[in-house]
Amino acid sequence: MKDTDIKKLLYTHLLCIFSIILSIFIPSFFLENFSILETHLTWLCICSVSVTAVNLVLYLVVKPNVSSKRSSLSYKVTRFLKCCIYFLTSCFFFHVIFVLYGAPLIELALETFSLAVILSTFTTIPCLCLLGPNFKAWLRIFSRNGVTSIWENSLQITTISSFVGIWLGAFPIPLDWGRPWQMAIEGKHSISLCTRHGAWHCHTSNLILVTIVQGMAHLLHAWSNLWLRGWPCYFTTLDILE
Amino acid sequence: MQKISVLLFLAWVSFLFYAGIALFTSGFLLTRWELTNHSSCQEPPGPGALPWGGRGEPGACWMASRFSRLVLVVIDALRFDFAQPQRSPVSGEPPVSLPFLGKMGFLQRLLESQPHHARLYQAKADPPTTTMQRLKALTTGSLPTFVDAGSNFASSAIVEDNLIKQLSSTGRRVVFMGDETWNDLFPGVFSQALFFPSFNVRDLETVDNGIMKHLYPTMDSDEWDVLITHFLGVDHCGHKHDPYHPEMAKKLTQMDKMIQGLVKRLKNDTLLVVTGDHGMTISGNHGGESELETSAALFLYSPRALFPSAPAEEPEIIPQISLVPTLALLLGLPIPFGNIGEVIAEVFSEIEDSQPRFSALAQASALHLNAQQVSRFLHTYSATAQDLQVQELHRLQKLFSKASADYQRLLQSPQGAEAVLQTVIPELQQFLRGVRAMCIESWARFSLVRMAGGAALLAATCFLCLLVSQWATSPAFYFGPLLKPTASGLSGAMVCAGLLASTGLKLDSMVLGAMAAVGSLLPFLWKAWASWGSKRPLASLLPMPGPVLLLLLIRFAGFFSDSYIITEARVAPFLLISLILLLVARLHWEGKLLPPKLLSIPRLGFLTPAGPPQYSAMHAVGLGVGLLLCIRLAGLFYRCHEETPVCSSSPLLSPLRSTVDGRTKNLWYGACVGALVALLASVRLWLHCYGNLKSPEPPVLFVRWGLPLMGLGTAAYWALASGADEAPPRLRALVSGASVMLPRAVAGLAASGLMLLLWRPVTVLVKATTGAPRTRTVLTPFSGPPTSQADLDYVVPQIYRHIQEEFRGRLERTKSQGLLTVAAYQLGSVYSAAVVMALTLLAFPLLLLHAERISLVFLLLFLQSFLLLHLLAAGIPITTPGPFTVPWHAVFAWALMATQTFYTTGHQPVFSAIQWHAAFVGVSESRDFTWLSAFLVGANTFASHILFAVGCPLLLLWPFLCENQGSQKRRQPPGNEAEARVRPEEEQEPRMEMRLRDAPHHFSAALLQLGLKYLFVLGIQILACVLAASILRRHLLVWKVFAPKFIFEAMGFIVSSVGLCLGIALVMRVDGAVSSWFRQLVLTQQKAGEQSSLVCTGAGSSARKAQPHLLPPCSQDLLASGTSLFYNSRS
Repeated sequence: MKDTDIKKLLYTHLLCIFSIILSIFIPSFFLENFSILETHLTWLCICSVSVTAVNLVLYLVVKPNVSSKRSSLSYKVTRFLKCCIYFLTSCFFFHVIFVLYGAPLIELALETFSLAVILSTFTTIPCLCLLGPNFKAWLRIFSRNGVTSIWENSLQITTISSFVGIWLGAFPIPLDWGRPWQMAIEGKHSISLCTRHGAWHCHTSNLILVTIVQGMAHLLHAWSNLWLRGWPCYFTTLDILE
Repeated sequence: MQKISVLLFLAWVSFLFYAGIALFTSGFLLTRWELTNHSSCQEPPGPGALPWGGRGEPGACWMASRFSRLVLVVIDALRFDFAQPQRSPVSGEPPVSLPFLGKMGFLQRLLESQPHHARLYQAKADPPTTTMQRLKALTTGSLPTFVDAGSNFASSAIVEDNLIKQLSSTGRRVVFMGDETWNDLFPGVFSQALFFPSFNVRDLETVDNGIMKHLYPTMDSDEWDVLITHFLGVDHCGHKHDPYHPEMAKKLTQMDKMIQGLVKRLKNDTLLVVTGDHGMTISGNHGGESELETSAALFLYSPRALFPSAPAEEPEIIPQISLVPTLALLLGLPIPFGNIGEVIAEVFSEIEDSQPRFSALAQASALHLNAQQVSRFLHTYSATAQDLQVQELHRLQKLFSKASADYQRLLQSPQGAEAVLQTVIPELQQFLRGVRAMCIESWARFSLVRMAGGAALLAATCFLCLLVSQWATSPAFYFGPLLKPTASGLSGAMVCAGLLASTGLKLDSMVLGAMAAVGSLLPFLWKAWASWGSKRPLASLLPMPGPVLLLLLIRFAGFFSDSYIITEARVAPFLLISLILLLVARLHWEGKLLPPKLLSIPRLGFLTPAGPPQYSAMHAVGLGVGLLLCIRLAGLFYRCHEETPVCSSSPLLSPLRSTVDGRTKNLWYGACVGALVALLASVRLWLHCYGNLKSPEPPVLFVRWGLPLMGLGTAAYWALASGADEAPPRLRALVSGASVMLPRAVAGLAASGLMLLLWRPVTVLVKATTGAPRTRTVLTPFSGPPTSQADLDYVVPQIYRHIQEEFRGRLERTKSQGLLTVAAYQLGSVYSAAVVMALTLLAFPLLLLHAERISLVFLLLFLQSFLLLHLLAAGIPITTPGPFTVPWHAVFAWALMATQTFYTTGHQPVFSAIQWHAAFVGVSESRDFTWLSAFLVGANTFASHILFAVGCPLLLLWPFLCENQGSQKRRQPPGNEAEARVRPEEEQEPRMEMRLRDAPHHFSAALLQLGLKYLFVLGIQILACVLAASILRRHLLVWKVFAPKFIFEAMGFIVSSVGLCLGIALVMRVDGAVSSWFRQLVLTQQKAGEQSSLVCTGAGSSARKAQPHLLPPCSQDLLASGTSLFYNSRS
């Protein structure tokens, strides 16, 4: 049973990463002038949507938690609506946090919000998929001894690494290396605001880097989870427990 | 004794840091004194007649002018090889084709066709090869260093004598077009000027095209005597691309065309000089001292023949500053006073005179004038400053007098002096070069040994801080070995220094201090390591939790990047917010926020986190959000770093005086006063909340009445200062008088308040009541017969206690006097109340030194630190009976907040951002810069450092204060049964800060540890600055970013360490006062009667519903053994 779980986990992670990678290459076939650096907002939307879709599909296919006791339509609808509300709330919550972190209040609000959306995609949606709109369960996951299954553990680690990734993404902003990716990060749309040196407040425009770091985090987690925790544990401890 | 040793130890550690900083500074900061003397036309540089038509009048000051007009073309970063003629390739060798080679074809043609009119030199620029320093050198003929002491930091205008000043003082019309930097250096000197901003290095065209548009019309207009142009395109091309980019070829060709156009328009009396101010590296940067950066092109052209001979095969290499005396003498000006350059001798040969002897004599006389001027400068300089080597100075003076004598001999006997002439010129040249070499040695060379030594000393001291702060947390810590090695080391160093001084070896005071520091540090480290450190694994010496270590490392690394230093005003809040979020998250992670049942999983019940949550989730999250909000709001007060091109400082930082609109001014004034009132009210509320406001002690009275008075004074001062211009004329004198007196009054009040606080720091309310403490028994009405076992359990003890009470009462009544009970309130917050009062008293004068609207920042500062302290206290467990620890994250957050506040109060670590207006607060005008003004400006700049350093002990005290809340909260759930039961935890009043007093040994150790940790965090910053400055000492921005940052950080460190020692001393003073207060109290009680008891309660909130507890009679023995029993109600 654990064996299959771990395998499923591996595939889930790989699919997530794969979807991020695909969202870089696929749209260029359909959209003109598409590139990560130039039209980063479009790309972020696509990336966010694809990751959400993959998560949902995986959730429906894998069904890590078999806890749906009731299955009436109205229950499902309310649950779905609740999920939507949770997602939106988390978007606004992250937006507020970014503004408190130093993002400008009015200028670049769109960028700030898209950063909030992408962060929510990487953190809230997996939580919603795995735990449902149950805030108390979420809180439990992120406390020291709150994890019960390998799925929850994976959720914990990926979510935390998402936060760390988005935090790390802020670091290249003040640097004045003038590299093309950095210029794109600093944002062509608001050269007047984000000039070479004073770009710290363009906190929001570091979306791409953040997403890349995020993808790396996913990848890292997939590896670490499987190789450090998953397989050896499986061979040593889990056997004994069962 | 322990207290003294703690303070001494902290002072010693601070001294170690100072010694390291001083040693590093002496090696790193190249300094030079600027002399404001000027050469004048009438006054010759030395004795003897002026040669060759020098008449001491404009036009022919020291020498007759050879040119009446000059065109000086500065092409920024015109490297020598950019202008170097390309020889036709030797057969067999492939021609080298680089974008910058051979692009100045017109220059080459001029050099080849008119060898007596044009000459190309390779000018060697002195480091630092940055534009401003080079321009300074090109006009003063000196060696500008980073700190030209004596200059005005607020503006970069040149105060030394220079060519431009000489030109304008002799009535020449100087027209300038080009780089804005000239405007900063020579404000208001040009008769006509066209400035272009130089910062946008991506823009290759604007400046050059702008100059080109106006250059030729101006040339033709004849409204100038000296025309200076400064082109930036080549330099910007290097910065944007590099010299190897095709764009460079285009730029150089454009410059070549420009010169061609100039030469066409030159008249016979005009000299053309084309020069680069410095070169550029392969990557197009400059600032350092590499070969490519220092070699610049220098091209002279005159329509008349100027040079006696054809040029050599390879262009001559001359120092760049040679241009200054040469131009001065050619134009008939006096050589600038501070010049140390050597004239280009060959241009002074008279071409018309065919005799080589006369030509040589002319050269000798130019050189002699130059040498006289340099000698005069040396004489004046060595009288002012002592940084030149004495022996070398003597040698050079001897050389000069010999050469001078030879020259006089030559003049007196013109016949047959061929041989003398041959020796005079080399002698004079030797003198001039010797002077230059000596000056470079002392002004322009880093002393790497001292820099490394300073850095090593700082690093070792940081390690010491780490080691001892860890040691102090161990229970087995004792104070004995702290001072012995240091004392012995210091005395050893003293003896050593004395011996050295007696043997006649002169030593720098910096080196002496460093020797003393090393001499005391090494034995201590050795001893500490041997006795304590080596027994432990190294990991326990690095006790910082991972995330904090990571943040500290990020902060450390940030000092090595100019961008991070420039944007530190945003980086510090970023790190602070991260730390706060981390703290909240960790509280949650450890299960301290939510009730365990929420977190526990039914199946795995055994995994529930230990202990109940101390703080409700909303409490901690609310604190965190409030902090974030405060930090974000404070971030609105933002001053731009001077290196940030497109950035506008917050208008909130300007004083209200500058607001034009009356309505907004009034609104803002109201807001500022509101902030002031809020600040006062919050401090009062805090004191009230902890009950300290009830004490009749003088400091409390001062807080009640003096603080509002200070607030009133401040508000009145603001009103006067912001509306001084609108005052009616007859009141003007009164207003100006009042605006001088009011700040003094506020400062005086603050000082007297501090004095009062030091005199009577114990703010405790003592109530002596006679009669038995009847309130002790809580009787709940109970009627009817007991029906159940529970009722019986409840009623029987009550009855028993009631009877007991009755008996006792009867017994006491038989005695003549009642039982005397003394209740002392607010002992639990006695330390922090003193610190908070001191901080408030300090904040007011500091606030006066800032612009009005900074009061909002000060309010935020207090609010922010209050919230942070609460949040930190939530995560710190109270360990009685010690050892107490202050966690690293608390200290780090405190230091980060100090940095953040430094920026939000409108400062930046650059000299141009120093708020000079602070020097005039409370000082009547028309005063020179004095120590008082320096002190005021320093207090303004380092206000946040002072406040946070003095407030540092709060980090230790606050968790004990918060203990009160915790226990109250636990008491909250009411209910009959809970109230009726005998409640042990209620009878135990929260002892709060008296816990610290219970363990005086651990208290001292904790203070020591706190101080060392704070010093460590600050020391790490200094160390990072030092390392960055020494590693990046050839960086482009070293003098603009790294060195100012280092200076500010060092000053801030000194201020902080002093403040820290003062804060800790204040806490110790309170401690001492509390002890003597106890002693006194006991004595009076003993006099009053033996049947006395003493009750000490914590906070005022509990004092209001006072339930004093009976204590056994006190005795002197108890006091001697420690006073714990006095406030421990359950003996």
